[in-house]
Amino acid sequence: MKPFEVVEAPIDPQVYCDYVLHAGAGAVTLFTGHVREWTHGVRTVYLAYEAYVPMAEKKLAEIGAEIETKWPGVKVAIAHRIGELHISDIAVVIAVSSPHRKAAYEANEYAIERIKEVVPIWKKEVWEDGEEWLGAQKKYPEKGVDSV
Amino acid sequence: MIRVQYFARLRELAGKGQEMLDREQMTVQELLDWAEETYPGFGKDDIQVAVNEEYALPEDVIRSGDECAFIPPVSGG
Repeated sequence: MKPFEVVEAPIDPQVYCDYVLHAGAGAVTLFTGHVREWTHGVRTVYLAYEAYVPMAEKKLAEIGAEIETKWPGVKVAIAHRIGELHISDIAVVIAVSSPHRKAAYEANEYAIERIKEVVPIWKKEVWEDGEEWLGAQKKYPEKGVDSV
Repeated sequence: MIRVQYFARLRELAGKGQEMLDREQMTVQELLDWAEETYPGFGKDDIQVAVNEEYALPEDVIRSGDECAFIPPVSGG
């Protein structure tokens, strides 16, 4: 296990919790992002995730470094899964430990926001009647209109 | 030679994951212009370029041996 990694196998969140836990930690926040079945009234069959793996792992580590600068004493581990993911599978896990809980909550939310901005990972939604790479422009099949 | 990589929508559009460009040097903007011309519908205005795994600016210079990647809007998480 690496503290900032892109993986193809199913994610075991406990591994990342264990990694960030230490004697000085009074709180651990664990975020797991899952594949959702319904988005804006459209049913997802599965998601296909793809990454520019070496750069993605580098960017995840940079997010970790940003967090450790903004919230001293915090320890972070992040993993993102790629490949074909089905409903309720874990796509991303973020584990954050800190001496006190506030920083652990804040840093964890910061991490997911940054992942969505800078980490080169893409998901394709596959529906019963079509598919689309998500990104800036988005068309849902039943609505036929752009939405973000 | 400059190596360029394609991901997600762009990989499907180009029909390949990577290719080699026989250039000594070019700017990031020139690379984007080349891609738009080569692959109609590329959508260069929404695409960033990473050079050696770092986001680059349009005026940055790419040299032979560099590894480039087209980064369409990301959608991880």
